[in-house]
Amino acid sequence: MNRADLEALQIKRLKETLRIASQSPFYKTRLNEHGITPDTIRTLDDLRKIPFTTKNDLRNNYPFGLVAAPMNQIVRLHSSSGTTGNPTVICHSQHDLDQWANRVARCLYMVGLRDHDVFQNTSGYGMFTGGLGFQYGAERLGALTVPAAAGNTIRQIKFIRDFGTTAIHAIPSYVFRLYEVMKEMNLDPRTDTRLTTLIIGAEPHTDAQRRKIEESLGVRAFNCFGMSEMSGPGVAFECPEQNGLHVWEDCYILEIIDPETLEPVPDGEVGEMVLTTLDRDGMPLLRYRTRDLTRILPGECPCGRTHRRIDRLKGRSDDMFIVKGVNIFPMQIEKILMQFKELGTNYLITVDTVNNNDEVRVEVELSDLFTDDYSQLQGLTREITRQLKDEILLTPKIKLVDKGALPQSEGKAVRVKDLRTNK
Amino acid sequence: MITIKQLSVFLENKSGRLNEILDILGKDDIRIIAATVADTSEYGILRLITSDTARAYEVLKAHRVSAQQSDVIVLTCSPMADVFATQLRHLTQEGLSIEYMYCFSIREKAFLILRTNDNVRTEEAVLKYGLNIITEKELLRL
Repeated sequence: MNRADLEALQIKRLKETLRIASQSPFYKTRLNEHGITPDTIRTLDDLRKIPFTTKNDLRNNYPFGLVAAPMNQIVRLHSSSGTTGNPTVICHSQHDLDQWANRVARCLYMVGLRDHDVFQNTSGYGMFTGGLGFQYGAERLGALTVPAAAGNTIRQIKFIRDFGTTAIHAIPSYVFRLYEVMKEMNLDPRTDTRLTTLIIGAEPHTDAQRRKIEESLGVRAFNCFGMSEMSGPGVAFECPEQNGLHVWEDCYILEIIDPETLEPVPDGEVGEMVLTTLDRDGMPLLRYRTRDLTRILPGECPCGRTHRRIDRLKGRSDDMFIVKGVNIFPMQIEKILMQFKELGTNYLITVDTVNNNDEVRVEVELSDLFTDDYSQLQGLTREITRQLKDEILLTPKIKLVDKGALPQSEGKAVRVKDLRTNK
Repeated sequence: MITIKQLSVFLENKSGRLNEILDILGKDDIRIIAATVADTSEYGILRLITSDTARAYEVLKAHRVSAQQSDVIVLTCSPMADVFATQLRHLTQEGLSIEYMYCFSIREKAFLILRTNDNVRTEEAVLKYGLNIITEKELLRL
């Protein structure tokens, strides 16, 4: 689809979405206050007249305040964990679920999966959208699905071998866990499995980690982006070029804004991603502030798709922590740690107050004991410290720990603990 | 080669960690012939001579413990300080330096477990000065 047709479709769907959204108690009031009707939208730029929707809006109108369809047409809800305050709830009509499955199927097709593939999903099922989202998408594609769900690594490996799994969806830290356990079982994933494709996402990771996954498992690994507020997986996905994730702009309007000024930033500059749903009638969201930081990759993708690409996520604006006035993203630290072959993949950053001063401590697991010599261990610590200091402009305290010593997450890994008393 | 396999284990500075590691080895009937723990403020290294180093290494690996096998030389002599001194002097005369050493003695015999900066040259020195070394087999029979 060329850009002009795509944008015409966006305008048409945005008008329809506004009409549907105004049926919900929340948007009815909100849109009225700003005098917005479907007729407000003549060009895509008119989108900017619509106020943003935030996570707080969802929380304050918990659970059904943004539902636009009659409740008897809502067939499923998904909810975030809600560790702070009310969870966010997203309600889906049958139409929403069908379209969501189509989008995920489209993503999987894009990376080369077909109906003869065997797709094993290691996401938690239930409220977490990575479970059912990929399940229905892979079924829509016609693949044989193995809904293994999270955990029980030995059983996962048995499934991979017994069912001839060719594709896995997993978070990166869990892929490494699978690999470690296979190694311990004396299995080589490159020769002892039929794996060709990995779908990795939900957890920020670096390109270095991706390459490590590809190399150790003998697969191609593709980055995916989704969030429960935008239905779940299938919002943006890497194509075989592996350079940026195409956002499905027939289903979402993509904006990148400066989180401070709320003004759009030019293509290529990092800002907060804002998304509007275009193909949801149960609970549409208008200009939803995702808190995810990324940038639009300027230019056309060699693959020929016209849907614009976003860069891999730079982290969440929520994950960023500030120490002595310096903004730090866990990804910056991770990028450095991944360059050391002596180190494993699990790490934990702790920010604490020591003698009224902020201190950053980084605990990182060794991959194995590579030396019997203290001076070499200390040399490694010094080198990590030096490189991190160059990156984050602070001197962190590095602590080497035994492999397996840090909490091994089967969900999203917790990378930062902030124990400061004066946050 | 006159070296003997030693097992080095990364020890987090955490109460009970040494116990955990010894328990793992104990369950697999590993016999410990000599052991030493060296520490810095943040972590230690446990060094062990065991009845079956290769197996002990595999067992620890299976329990996700960071460990390494390395080569050391075990000299044997009378447990008198001046005899120790003579033995070591031969090595330093050859320009070798000792990175670490730990010892044990049984009755009138001392055993010096040595790690130098160069195992090959240490072996040459052992032959040159006729120092008594002990092989893995002999060590297991003690």
